Amino acid sequence: MNDNISIIITGVGGQGILLASRVLSSAALKAGHQVKISETHGMAQRGGSVITHLRYGNAVYSPMISIGQADYVLGFEKLEAVRCIPYLSKNGLLIINDQEIPPLPVLLGQIIYPEITADSFGRSTPRLLLLKALAKAQQMGNSRVVNMILLGCLAQHLDISSEHWQLAIEECIQPKYRSLNEQAFTSGMQI
Amino acid sequence: MQKVLLTGNEAIARGAFESGVGVGAGYPGTPSTEILENFVNYPGIYAEWAPNEKVALEVGFGASLAGARALVTMKHVGLNVAADPFMTMSYTGVNGGLVVISADDPGMYSSQNEQDNRFYARFAKIPMLEPGDSQEAKDYLKEAYLISEQFDTPVLFRLTTRLSHTRTPVLLGEDSSGPVARDFQKNISKFVMLPGYARKRHLAVEERRLRLQEYAETSGLNQTVWGNRSIGIIASGVIFNFAREALGDDASYLKLGLTYPLPIQLISDFASQVERLIVVEELEPFLEDQIKAAGIAVEGKSLFPRVGELDPVLIEQGVRGASRFEANYQIPDGLPGRPPIMCPGCPHRSVFYVLHKLKARVTGDIGCYTLGAMPPFEAMDACLCMGASIGASLGMEKARGSEFARRLVAVIGDSTFVHSGITGLIDHIYNKSTGTIIILDNRTTAMTGHQDHPATGLTLSGREAPKLDLAALVRSLGVRSVRTIDPYDLKATEQAIREEMDREELSVIITSRPCVMISKERLLNEITHQDQCTGCKKCLRLGCPALYLAGDRVRRDEELCNNCAVCEQVCPQVKGETAENE
Repeated sequence: MNDNISIIITGVGGQGILLASRVLSSAALKAGHQVKISETHGMAQRGGSVITHLRYGNAVYSPMISIGQADYVLGFEKLEAVRCIPYLSKNGLLIINDQEIPPLPVLLGQIIYPEITADSFGRSTPRLLLLKALAKAQQMGNSRVVNMILLGCLAQHLDISSEHWQLAIEECIQPKYRSLNEQAFTSGMQI
Repeated sequence: MQKVLLTGNEAIARGAFESGVGVGAGYPGTPSTEILENFVNYPGIYAEWAPNEKVALEVGFGASLAGARALVTMKHVGLNVAADPFMTMSYTGVNGGLVVISADDPGMYSSQNEQDNRFYARFAKIPMLEPGDSQEAKDYLKEAYLISEQFDTPVLFRLTTRLSHTRTPVLLGEDSSGPVARDFQKNISKFVMLPGYARKRHLAVEERRLRLQEYAETSGLNQTVWGNRSIGIIASGVIFNFAREALGDDASYLKLGLTYPLPIQLISDFASQVERLIVVEELEPFLEDQIKAAGIAVEGKSLFPRVGELDPVLIEQGVRGASRFEANYQIPDGLPGRPPIMCPGCPHRSVFYVLHKLKARVTGDIGCYTLGAMPPFEAMDACLCMGASIGASLGMEKARGSEFARRLVAVIGDSTFVHSGITGLIDHIYNKSTGTIIILDNRTTAMTGHQDHPATGLTLSGREAPKLDLAALVRSLGVRSVRTIDPYDLKATEQAIREEMDREELSVIITSRPCVMISKERLLNEITHQDQCTGCKKCLRLGCPALYLAGDRVRRDEELCNNCAVCEQVCPQVKGETAENE
């Protein structure tokens, strides 16, 4: 094994996962790493589960992360975050946005949205951060920047300099939305 | 030169530009769509969405005949549609280089089957290249045009979803100085496939096959990576990278970039230098069978699944009998799934609500509306391939008579209708059906990400185009009962579907509303039913993501809601009825 970093970003189609993963991959590339990032497109995006595999380091072969190998699982939605925990490595960190988007069986009243807290995992609880990023985004006046808050929170744990993050945001985000997204990213860094 | 992160699809678009491709054509289909969407942005080129893949390849053929380099893109099942020109273009060969991109979908992320299109290369005797990452996608494409012109053949360029939608670094090459063009020269015996000429061309195909086989033995597209020689892996495309991740230096690798025709001598030499030879390939034993037929002992599908996508875990399990990759944490039991769902405000919703209510028998088609087969509607009895809804409904009527046909409806999207529904409709008219056909016109090719088509009035490059008038087209074919309705008007939708189902004559209903994801018009309907909610849950039968149960009352998520107000029309309180009425 080598010193590659493996990150799963998951959530529901429409939550801004592709943009967050593009900023992250761009920052990693600017920091001089090999990068591979595998996205979900097509029918799965129609309100379905979305999962992005992102790996960087000095020699990355597979664009997909194997089970038990993710250093980080960043969940934009609670249910989807929990669905991805088999990817998490023994010492991996699970970051969950405290937001519930009910899937169809819940909308139809066939099943109740499961309660997910730090105690939901029984004896084998991974390292876990539960964030109220949606509330924070709403405070900032735009619920769409929840992705940048979450990315900022993840960024604290990664060895990528703030200069490279800055350049990546400039590259991936249109000028008119840039300052709001930068603010959101910074506030995520401080969580 | 600049290094950038590109998806496989973006890299192919770049490669086509750097190769001086002059004409690109295709039909949208996940995972191939973004190739042309990116290519169209390069200067000096022509790119188009064709009505379907067959026409796209014929446009490519013409461009090649006229001397340009041509790029033709489609998803795997699109090549079934384009198979007719594809098979015979093997005989005619090319003038300007021509590459057909087939984006396969192992795992069926967004497809109706996971056919292995590598067989098309062998079937048509057309050389095939398979890149493993975005850099290779760009570099191999340039090589593909050289092979196409050197050997006078179309080239099949096979991708998979994992390559098309993975971003990896790419070192950009020189910008093209403009499309490459050869002279057009009249050459009847090469390009007019009358039997007498075709017989001679078939001989040329066989002679070319042998020359390509020789070329494959020394081509730089096939490479050996030496590690431990106790295991020798033969792999191509993304699978090579998966295998290398799984086995590292504990194995040696023969990585095939040119996967048809196979370099049998090279494989034989590699086999003789390793103790155990294994082919790792997704889906069918395409390489394995040919290697075995050449008398080389090799393992393959006895170790790996024949269905779905491969990954490093499956590869390690297959080769070593066990994988060191295992889960440390388990998913709690009983988590609800998250199937895809029609968007809030989707104009298809009311149609399927009504079809469910009327207990219609529905032949469906390919598009977002295939979700009408899912709960809560389950209002679809078949979905086979592009355009099949219309022919299938005719077949059902002819099998069971017009009484059975009374409850029979075919549903098809606007883009799919133009793709391959029109000929089916002509069959209904010609052979006198009494069926009902609903064209769900949301004015886009929605599922693949909103591409234009001949009935939207815009081209791939965003220019205005004559807008195909679907109602006028259908009338001109001979359908007498044609009506256009607003699917946001639930009552009118139900009435139209009821009446046309009852009518003992062929009828076409066009439901007309733009896809809510691209509609520029913001709906301002006031929606109040949740304030009067008695908990009858009737609106939940719409399966709208914006409506949810909180305790025993329905609430509306105002952020998700697009104000189509169909739920308002379902609510017995708003209508002043009691919930028991229906």
